Amino acid sequence: MAQSQSLNRLTPYMFVAPAALVMILALFYPIGFMIWGSFRDWDPSQNISETEFVGIANYVRLWMDPAFWTSFGVTLLFAFVVVLAEMVIGVGLALLLDRNIRGMSVLRTLFILPMMIAPVVVGLVWRYMFHATYGTFNRFLEAIGLPSVDWLGQNPLLSVIIADVWQWTPFIFILSLAALQSLPRSALEAARIDGATPWQQVIYIKLPLMAPVLFVTLLLRLIDAFKVLEVILVMTGGGPGLSTEILALRIARKAREFRELGEAAAMSNYLLLLLMVLTLGMFAFTRWQEARARRLKFAAEEDG
Amino acid sequence: MSDTNYDRQNPAFYVLIGILIFMSVGPVALLLINSFKLDVDITSGAGGRLFMPTSRNYETALCDILWYEPEHLRFCQIRFGGAFINSIIIALISTVLTLVFGCMAAYALVRFKFLGRDGLSLSTLAVRMIPPAVLLVPVFGLWNNTFCLDNDYGLGMWIRETFGGRGDVCLAGTHSGIILVYVAMNLPFVIWILQSFIVQVPPSLEEAARVDGAGPFQTFFLVVLPLIKPGLAAASIFTFRIAWNEYLLASALADRDTMTVPILIVNNASEFDGLGTIFATGMLLAIPPILFTLFASRQIITGMTAGAVKG
Repeated sequence: MAQSQSLNRLTPYMFVAPAALVMILALFYPIGFMIWGSFRDWDPSQNISETEFVGIANYVRLWMDPAFWTSFGVTLLFAFVVVLAEMVIGVGLALLLDRNIRGMSVLRTLFILPMMIAPVVVGLVWRYMFHATYGTFNRFLEAIGLPSVDWLGQNPLLSVIIADVWQWTPFIFILSLAALQSLPRSALEAARIDGATPWQQVIYIKLPLMAPVLFVTLLLRLIDAFKVLEVILVMTGGGPGLSTEILALRIARKAREFRELGEAAAMSNYLLLLLMVLTLGMFAFTRWQEARARRLKFAAEEDG
Repeated sequence: MSDTNYDRQNPAFYVLIGILIFMSVGPVALLLINSFKLDVDITSGAGGRLFMPTSRNYETALCDILWYEPEHLRFCQIRFGGAFINSIIIALISTVLTLVFGCMAAYALVRFKFLGRDGLSLSTLAVRMIPPAVLLVPVFGLWNNTFCLDNDYGLGMWIRETFGGRGDVCLAGTHSGIILVYVAMNLPFVIWILQSFIVQVPPSLEEAARVDGAGPFQTFFLVVLPLIKPGLAAASIFTFRIAWNEYLLASALADRDTMTVPILIVNNASEFDGLGTIFATGMLLAIPPILFTLFASRQIITGMTAGAVKG
């Protein structure tokens, strides 16, 4: 009896142990290690115990470095523009196509394709399509008699944004379509009977009811937008100049080309802080959402 | 999808759907078509509709595992076959491990109350946002220096004396090293998604199994797991996708022998000749994800919505 008691108490830990071990070893420990390393003058060939403690020198150097701030700005610009464009297009398409049309399931299936394909390959294809002389877009422009555009040379950030919008708008589309189709039919019915125009239905009924899901989708996408790296790496390599060098790319280059691990670690910490704020925002929002739902349910029960 | 009587709609919607399908499939089709073209045809301005399909690009890419020697090649430069095998090993093993560990942890988080549960679920949620780039520096440092079996004593010396090699055995440059990062990186996401599926399993079923004398592990593996198959399918596709496509961390850890396909592509993508070969390589890398999309789109969509709606 006593043995089975202690077994019971140990059961959850046995379930959690493998996952917890792996995450501690390869996620939490490395993060802690990085925070520690960011205060050191650290070369890849050195063992970290041989490195010199330099305090916040790495952070200060980054703070003073205009290239870092350019990179920071590019990252924010990229993430917000991309997410905004994807939200508008994705939600718009979902509202437009939320009806019983033949071919919708085919569309949904094929729409997932861009998301599933390796970012490296996506970058490869888009680099080809944006190519100044033989790229698909310029050939098309030429064919209809318009001057060709130097996509990756003159408008690199725009090109990269277009590629990302292509890859990830379907994510938003599919999630908002699912949200739309799970809306309470009665509310829509009532609005229709009261004579609401389609626009009024969208603005006063559908969007407010979808709002919680949309907000979570937005934050998920925003967090993911900071993870984008391979597409840009293959398409432009961060250039020309610093025009598309997002922070993730800059970290990778600092660590591997310039071999300044300390500074790269400090940069990673800045990025991590930024993302932490976003995630906490999302977390707070879902908590608030849950509390509100509980309160509403409680109120409904009181009434009944 | 199950109801087959569709409403009659404005034809404009069909046109719109057609355009959308064209836009999402177009670049992929372009990749496929170009992978069958000679470099001359890819870069020529002839519009590219008329060309002789050739398998030469694929022969070049696969030269190290072909049973014959392609006559247009003098020596085999791109060793795609080896990288492909590495990719398969790494992606499959890390997917299996992530799923096993992940579903166990998710189950414990949903069903048991224990000390540290809130901390675990909170930190799982928090680390979801960590970009691979942030892990690059510490993983590079740790895997090369700290996570090594030293050559002076213990296991490291034994391995060196038995197998030879450079003395210190490090995680960097091994399959296990890359697999470890991928499992850790994917676990938070898998735990998160599977929780929403496990919550839906009625506790009375587990109760019944327990009354019949099943232990907690039996209950979990024989009762709960079969019920969350859709969730497992979705989670495994997403995990596989990330492990299969990831470039940055693999490139920091892999050496010549453990190189994966994305690294191969990036390393060769900057060269101006061999455009067709690179497209063929990209196409080969894209085949598994394309198959998943065509045959498991329902599971993928279920997984996506479960992940987002659960918040």
